[in-house]
Amino acid sequence: MKYAVSDSLVITKRQLLQLIRVPEVLIFSTIQPVMFVLLFRYVFGGSISTGIPGVDYVQLLMPGIFVQTVAFTLAGTAVGLAEDMQKGLIDRFRSLPISRAAVVFGRTLGDGALNIVVLSVMGLAGFLVGWRPSSGLFNVVLGFVFLLLFGFSMAWVGVLIGLSVKSARVANAAVFIAVFPLTFLSNAFAPTTGMPKALQYFAEWNPVSTMVAGCRELFGLQNIFGVTANSWPSQNPLEMSLIYMVIIMAIFIPLSVRKYINTASK
Amino acid sequence: MRRVKSVIAENLVKTYDKGKVRALNGLSLDVEEGTVLGVLGPNGAGKTTTVRILATLLTPDSGHATVAGIDVIKDPDRVREVIGLSGQYAAVDETLTGWDNLVMFSRLYHLSPSHSKKRAEELLEQFSLTDAAKRPIRTYSGGMRRRLDLAASLIVKPKILFLDEPTTGLDPRGRQEMWGVIEGLVKDGTTLLLTTQYLEEADQLADEIAVIDNGTVIARGTSDELKRQVGGERLEIVAETQDLKKVTAIVEKISGGKVLVEESARRVSAPVSTGSKALIDAARALDDESIHPLDIGLKRPSLDDVFISLTGHAAEDKKEEEVVDPRARKRKKK
Ligand SMILES: Nc1ncnc2c1ncn2[C@@H]1O[C@H](COP(=O)(O)OP(=O)(O)OP(=O)(O)O)[C@@H](O)[C@H]1O
Ligand SMILES: [Mg+2]
Repeated sequence: MKYAVSDSLVITKRQLLQLIRVPEVLIFSTIQPVMFVLLFRYVFGGSISTGIPGVDYVQLLMPGIFVQTVAFTLAGTAVGLAEDMQKGLIDRFRSLPISRAAVVFGRTLGDGALNIVVLSVMGLAGFLVGWRPSSGLFNVVLGFVFLLLFGFSMAWVGVLIGLSVKSARVANAAVFIAVFPLTFLSNAFAPTTGMPKALQYFAEWNPVSTMVAGCRELFGLQNIFGVTANSWPSQNPLEMSLIYMVIIMAIFIPLSVRKYINTASK
Repeated sequence: MRRVKSVIAENLVKTYDKGKVRALNGLSLDVEEGTVLGVLGPNGAGKTTTVRILATLLTPDSGHATVAGIDVIKDPDRVREVIGLSGQYAAVDETLTGWDNLVMFSRLYHLSPSHSKKRAEELLEQFSLTDAAKRPIRTYSGGMRRRLDLAASLIVKPKILFLDEPTTGLDPRGRQEMWGVIEGLVKDGTTLLLTTQYLEEADQLADEIAVIDNGTVIARGTSDELKRQVGGERLEIVAETQDLKKVTAIVEKISGGKVLVEESARRVSAPVSTGSKALIDAARALDDESIHPLDIGLKRPSLDDVFISLTGHAAEDKKEEEVVDPRARKRKKK
């Protein structure tokens, strides 16, 4: 369809406009991760040992919090779409002569773009409390590109959740149940080496961990793995993360688009 | 001369909850080009379901429908290019302003950015929303929201417009305004299918009325035709309970037809054919008996009467459902 791209961009633009009209949303969605940075830095920073001489906790923490934050992109996506459904907006969009994928593509693009702002503010906050990536500008920027991509792919999971649940409140709850274990059963906040052996496999191969490990690499840090230290995913976390993203998108984009098309035609 | 049918629905069946709820039960209707069909029915009759099928939002279990000659099931994309839809609950982005919404929808109808702005301005003007253009919809009254919703469905001047209960929830003034707007559209040649629970509204706006109940059309015709089905004028007297017996005797003598006594409303009524003479006779007879009626008059049949005589229950019967929070209903609907 000739208008597929421009239709999607109109939807993305709508989301950005919403942020201008109700700036509170943007303010709170940046305050929360910044608060996390401060809490973890000062509450746990003293008691969690990095296991790497000369590297303080904040260096390990920042990539972890970046990944956690973009993983939660799907919360905004799911809640936003569930709200649009509840308010009948999805019906209206579906009655318009627009490309069938435009509404969901526009939404994921918008949520992905919002991460640019959130990550910038977090990066700045991190810098203020001592985060100093040692790998040079190019690698740092590359790390952020990876984070944005990860956020975009997670947003597609959010589309499916948002269109499947009955209300925004359920969407919110569902997202937390799905994502919290993923971010905590990972290397994001503490080394996995302290976990029971069986759990280490999950915690080290989970996409959040490979993303965190990949970012740490790009920011000039060394990763410490437990049982999986010699496995391919742990040796090549960036490549593994890319594979995960491709898998997530290959599964969730078609499912989400189909869900959107059929959503009310039950 | 036969005119073109813009909308045709044949034998639509739609069930929800795996067949447990039968929302449409073989519903058929059609709308001639350039005319207004009023679909009249109480809560739960199947109005919204019908509109959603015709607007390509819902697939029927069986049956067939075309809009502007295009099959709504096989070719929904082409149908969307010729229709406008304003659903039962205003569906606009609450956080954005009226202006933002109209520009966005114009863009989605593929108008250029500058044309979109122009169109938004025109529509805001047309619907008396210019002053509120830069305010978020959140701050709009129910009537303003409804008007904006309608405006959004008119961006490209659709050939065929579906309006689902456009005045439900509006105060009398809001309703009058909305009627004015709708009459203007019809004058411009838009084919309109409008649903309503208000008999008065169908009477006022529709060329033809289809009365639906429990998912089927139970009667159709012009408002006059439907009224004729229930008969002509009725003499109606409301009196104190102790007088009802005497009043009934008087009415019986004057009418000669079947007298209807509604004890709880303290109302006695019967068909009459002599017009105001019947009224004068009744007044005289009441005076002779020293009865002072609470109310006396000649009543032309309203569409309400049509509804009662067709369905055996008043259109208001299921009204209590109306107070249910629309959000709660929405949730139920998914
Ligand atoms: N998604 C749904 N799931 C289950 N039942 C439904 C659903 N949507 C509608 N129904 C039922 O189908 C019937 C017809 O509903 P519909 O919404 O078409 O009625 P309506 O005439 O528009 O009523 P109202 O005047 O209240 O808007 C009702 O009994 C309703 O409860
Ligand atoms: Mg309805």
